[in-house]
Amino acid sequence: MEDRNTDGTPVVRMIDITKTFPGVVANDRVSLTLHKGEVLALLGENGAGKSTLMNMLIGLYQPDSGSIFINGVHRQIHSPQDSMALGIGMIHQEFMLVGNMSVAENIVLGMKDLPFVPPMGEIKKKITALSKRYGLQVYPDKIIHDLSVGEQQRVEILKLLYRGADILILDEPTAVLTPGESRDLNEILKRMLSEGKSAIFITHKMDEVMSFSHTVQVLRRGKSVAVKPTGDIANVQELANMMVGRDVLFSLDRGPYEPGLAMVEVKDLVMLPIGGGKPILDNVSFSVRSGEIFGIAGVAGNGQQQLTEAITGLLHVDGGSIHLGGKNMTNKSPLAIIKGGVSHIPADRGRMGVVGDMSVGENLSMKKYRTAELSHNAVMKKSRIRRFAEDLIERFTIKTPSQDTSVKFLSGGNIQKTILAREIDFCRGILIAVYPSRGLDVGATEAVRQNLIKQRDQGSAVLLVSEELEELLMVADRIAVMFEGRIMDILDANKTTTEELGMLMAGVAREGR
Amino acid sequence: MRTHLQKRDNRSMRMTILVPIISLLVSFLLGALVLLLSKANPLVTYQAMLKGAFGSQTKIQYTIAKAVPLLLCGLAVGVAFRLKFWNIGAEGQYIAGVIGITWVMQFWTFLPVWLLLPIGMVVGVACGALWAAIPGFLKAQWSVDETLTTLMMNYIIIGYAEYLYINAWKAPRGNMGTILYPEAAWLPRIWGRVHAGVYFALALVVVLYFILYKTRWGFELNMIGKNRRAAQCQGVCIKRNIVLGMLLSGAIAGLAGAIDSAAVTHQLTKGVNSGYGFTGIIIAWMSALNPFVSILVALIMAALETGSDALQIMKLPSAMGEVMQGLILIPLLAGSVFIDYRLVSRASHTEATP
Repeated sequence: MEDRNTDGTPVVRMIDITKTFPGVVANDRVSLTLHKGEVLALLGENGAGKSTLMNMLIGLYQPDSGSIFINGVHRQIHSPQDSMALGIGMIHQEFMLVGNMSVAENIVLGMKDLPFVPPMGEIKKKITALSKRYGLQVYPDKIIHDLSVGEQQRVEILKLLYRGADILILDEPTAVLTPGESRDLNEILKRMLSEGKSAIFITHKMDEVMSFSHTVQVLRRGKSVAVKPTGDIANVQELANMMVGRDVLFSLDRGPYEPGLAMVEVKDLVMLPIGGGKPILDNVSFSVRSGEIFGIAGVAGNGQQQLTEAITGLLHVDGGSIHLGGKNMTNKSPLAIIKGGVSHIPADRGRMGVVGDMSVGENLSMKKYRTAELSHNAVMKKSRIRRFAEDLIERFTIKTPSQDTSVKFLSGGNIQKTILAREIDFCRGILIAVYPSRGLDVGATEAVRQNLIKQRDQGSAVLLVSEELEELLMVADRIAVMFEGRIMDILDANKTTTEELGMLMAGVAREGR
Repeated sequence: MRTHLQKRDNRSMRMTILVPIISLLVSFLLGALVLLLSKANPLVTYQAMLKGAFGSQTKIQYTIAKAVPLLLCGLAVGVAFRLKFWNIGAEGQYIAGVIGITWVMQFWTFLPVWLLLPIGMVVGVACGALWAAIPGFLKAQWSVDETLTTLMMNYIIIGYAEYLYINAWKAPRGNMGTILYPEAAWLPRIWGRVHAGVYFALALVVVLYFILYKTRWGFELNMIGKNRRAAQCQGVCIKRNIVLGMLLSGAIAGLAGAIDSAAVTHQLTKGVNSGYGFTGIIIAWMSALNPFVSILVALIMAALETGSDALQIMKLPSAMGEVMQGLILIPLLAGSVFIDYRLVSRASHTEATP
């Protein structure tokens, strides 16, 4: 993005902000400046303090020391209401929308000066006007349930614009979007900037930093380590190094490709939606052999997750068969499949991967607690489990105050490492990983990918579902592309390109087929 | 000064302990208000209650005897709550236990008398378990809301019990109640009014603690209660465990009913819907589902009940015990927010302009 105005009073100035939580310094004298019409990319690994800093700007937390100036005036921001009154609004990673209410209702929901009977006609008109002005296409009467994730995000943006926000904070806005939707978002941002708005945007994705932002600020372990105009950054590699403070591997070492027996054999799998309609899985067939990483590409929502849940026994299929390690496991219970040696890194780590209110140690033992190693008949060997957990925490470098800490207090990357540790330690031949690096920083992503490759080199069959083509091209040996419940094609990862995969993901079959 | 709530970074151990204690104290204050409204002197009343509960050896014995079914019901509810299965039907499961043991005592006369008690207790336990398994099964199979089913099933069995003691099983003499159990089949007393049920209750505390905290099954129940979907992903069968958990919960409530009727009432009669099952909810909640803490809480609840019985003689409002049991829940539920959140004052940041 070009041209911006760095003259005049900055719209946001945060000076020497320090915030500590018990045992952690989340922000250590961090300063931040945002000018009118500027997009600032806030970059950093998980736990680097980005969200904490932004939460102080919108009044969810109070800084221990330091000061905040909005348009040159020193402000105490005590609550999101306060920050909204100052024109600052934040879009969180998880949308705050009421699913069974309409777009218009959601936009005005919770506004203080709303009359008892809201004038919905007027409200809708205003929304339509706003959406035209900023190129945010939404229909005020649609119900949130029926919207795609990208559309829901637009509703969130409109919600802020409707309330008169001039400074928008976006927490990983593209993590949930398809490539096309990301481009749309980019356009919307540009429009807003030309209208005099400014934005801060928290992200992990470096190519976005390069294309979206004017300025990059990097946080590392609670400290601001660099502030640079985006134009002065040579390439993504430099950015990644700034973020983790060491050289990041962008290609990973791997052993030769020597596939063995077919460990996962899926044949003509069919899954129908409850109540009828287009099949969720439509005659899906493929096999994953030991010693290979089989990638599945596709825009989220084309049946990938259901496919993995069918293999792990969480969902029933209506036709076809699944053989795991040579045994027919179609519609068997999750327990039977786990006992068959299948490890699973699920798509939604908070809801499916861990029990947030239980400790790191307990979460680590959730697969092996049944085995003779950790329990004697029905009784758990508590001290053995402690040593087991301690060992995994060390081996997988999980950052936690202790193994007794509740998992929900860990950062996203460390939660994922906890799952990874548990599943890889348990893995006996088959590992299914669904969006394993989603939302993780460079360091944690690298750890995830290296571990997947290590499993492959040790002879496991790895099924990797990902929406990042670079990841698949880097890690996988073969890549299948899913579109609307079907496998479009299965390609050799060494012989394909992002462009070819992208076409297949959009449902365009290869020529000559 | 403005204040607001801020999420803690860890659950506060101190608050976990303090909140129930403060809630108890607050309920005494609120109770005092109620007493003042009904023109009674709170101090005199509380003193009378204290005396009524612990004033003499006999009174202490009464209180302990009352604590036994309360403790068992608290444990029963606690097991279900651990699964986040909102069993508010311990009352009905308790009554199922009483009906079960009465059935054996009254009609299984072909048994030698010494066998009546053990078999009666087993049947009582089974009845409680089965009565609880119905809503458990409905929930597991068709996701039928358990709060409604467990609550409504209380009224079904209360009505059935009434039919039994007024009609079908009524003793030839009198206008209600079954005939008394044979005296040889009563649960023996061990210290005045205190009966052998105490042993059962205390043993169960230890056994439950072991099951819930040390075994694989306890671990699974904990997982299900805290994140059902994640537990499922780890291969834990949710449906089966809900039914099993409810069987255990109902079995304990049934045991409470069987013990209390074998040791205290010796028959099925009016008053079988004693409210123990409902008080069990308060006990489970106040003890944070910890079996050992439940002992203490059950004793406090029993003291409130025996204490208010004493008020009747003094022409003071004898419903005070129940009022206070209910009053505890309000500060307890309101106060539990402080376990995960802290109150932060905004006055600590001063406004300033550069």
